[in-house]
Amino acid sequence: MAGTRAVLDVRDVRKVYGAGETAVRALDGVTLQVGCGEYVAIMGSSGSGKSTLMNILGCLDIPSSGRYLLDGVDVSSLSDSQLALVRNRLIGFVFQSFNLIPRTSAVANVALPLAYSGMRAAERRRRAMFALDVVGLADRAEHEPNQLSGGQQQRVAVARALVTEPALLLADEPTGNLDSHATEDLLAVLDDLHAVGRTIVLITHEEEVGARADRLIRLLDGRVTSDVRRQHAGRHAAEAAGRNLVVSTAGARAA
Amino acid sequence: MSLTEIVRFALRGLSANKLRSALTMLGILIGVAAVILLVAVGNGSAQAIADRISALGTNTLTVMSTSRGTSGGGLTMKVADALDDPVLAPDVTSVSPVVNTSATLTYEGSDHDVGSFVGTTPGWFGASNFPVRTGALFTDDDEAQARRVVVIGQTVAEELFPGVDPIGRQVTAGGALFTVVGVLAGKSSSGFSDTNDTAVAPISAVRQVLAGYGTLSSILVEARDSDRVDAAESQIATILGQKMPAGSDGTTAYRIQNASQLLATQTETADTFTTLLGAVAAISLLVGGIGITNIMLVTVTERTREIGIRKALGAPRRVVLSQFLIEATLLSVIGGGLGVAAALIGSRFEVVGVRPVVVPSSVALALGVSVLIGLFFGGLPAARAARLRPIDALRYE
Repeated sequence: MAGTRAVLDVRDVRKVYGAGETAVRALDGVTLQVGCGEYVAIMGSSGSGKSTLMNILGCLDIPSSGRYLLDGVDVSSLSDSQLALVRNRLIGFVFQSFNLIPRTSAVANVALPLAYSGMRAAERRRRAMFALDVVGLADRAEHEPNQLSGGQQQRVAVARALVTEPALLLADEPTGNLDSHATEDLLAVLDDLHAVGRTIVLITHEEEVGARADRLIRLLDGRVTSDVRRQHAGRHAAEAAGRNLVVSTAGARAA
Repeated sequence: MSLTEIVRFALRGLSANKLRSALTMLGILIGVAAVILLVAVGNGSAQAIADRISALGTNTLTVMSTSRGTSGGGLTMKVADALDDPVLAPDVTSVSPVVNTSATLTYEGSDHDVGSFVGTTPGWFGASNFPVRTGALFTDDDEAQARRVVVIGQTVAEELFPGVDPIGRQVTAGGALFTVVGVLAGKSSSGFSDTNDTAVAPISAVRQVLAGYGTLSSILVEARDSDRVDAAESQIATILGQKMPAGSDGTTAYRIQNASQLLATQTETADTFTTLLGAVAAISLLVGGIGITNIMLVTVTERTREIGIRKALGAPRRVVLSQFLIEATLLSVIGGGLGVAAALIGSRFEVVGVRPVVVPSSVALALGVSVLIGLFFGGLPAARAARLRPIDALRYE
């Protein structure tokens, strides 16, 4: 299912915190490519550098050295305002702690990235409602984050991440704060998104979450220790459901 | 992203924290209103004092004794009679000896403590610019006969005779009965004592009943013309110099108060008062400013995480900064504007007997300072937070 063009192209990226004797190498020469439409899970124990990698992939942090090309663009040399544009257009980020804006309705939260891209309010709302519908929360659109369960909040965050149709969906321990039921719901949403061709990179330390991905990368002490591609047997059902989503997404784009 | 869109974001940001926004505005409101009102009260009381003194008449002189003692050089009726001398003091038209005491007036069981019970001659009413409203003033004959008649001020009339015509009624003062013959016209009363809380009776009667035959409190001298006040002052000074020789240590035994001098002194005092109130107001503005600073810092610091989320979603620094600057501007401008409005409304009412007069520069100063503080301390931490890398802002606790 891997595409031909690399969405992510990370070359020998290093990240060092501190200096001199106390310097900590969070990333020690990571090189990896992720093609279009891949579903990649990055696993590693605590302190393996997976969060640092995720923050660099999401343009929230900058590497100490090395190159990082996102959708063909070298983001390590971009200015602050260009980075803002990249974060807005190319990346959808899902955080472990949801990070919804408090006291703001779900639909307004989802529409926020569109506002920063300069879209008109009516169109924003229409797209946000559609994204909420994809994660199954259209009926909770006017609820504020504190009126939603953890699982629902995370699904709102997923809707917010995918509303701009980004090239890359990044999820940093998206199930870390969820119970098993909500985790299952969220993973089903991600499976569906994968089925319609989204590129997804998630980091996790839970084996069963990592097992859902096509490709499993393991990090240890800031280095890639294994990179395994797998073919899933039990994904046909999800893909069948996904085809319906393809149709509806296409419909929404045409509208 | 357009400006109207950013303004809408800022409004949403403010309405998401209604209580905090309202409290911030209240803080600014109180700071601004306090400064404007305090300065206005100071200014108003200064003007009121000036008005009151000019209402007293600027063509009067008040002679007072410097020694508190009763013997020797005190002011006596003899001194007062000596001043009324058309040859030595041609510019003096009237001389009124005054004894001032306090007394309790009683009428049919209700009593009232009169602030100033004045014993004097009929010339006093003209000199002190105190016309009668109803009834009549007492006459020279009343004075000569020491008749127990009294002219009461408006406050006394209201206190003792609610709904009753006081003319002809008898009140008790110091164990003697006085007949009320007239009620004085109300005089604009400003400052801390009520000028209408007074009763005036013939000096002979007052000395007999209340004050005794000691020295006079003062002598009110009326000059022929306000231009001749200085001439009259030197004439009576000459007479007084003979009648009341200076003490062995060379200090004069009397003091002459000139109403125009009094005006200048009082205005100076009132200016000091205004400065004092201004200082209090400045402190309240400072405290208010620190309050604004604090709440702005807390607001932005508390929302550093939100700034991180917004940046992670692709908000450019300019948009984040604009939103927070507009929020700070709205809070301080609306709060300050409401403060000015509150002060202007408040200045329409009398505050402790003083009608405040708003000083325009105090409005500009109070508004300017609080808006600048709001903008600076709202803008600065917002600029700092907007400059953070998103990951640092997100991790901020």
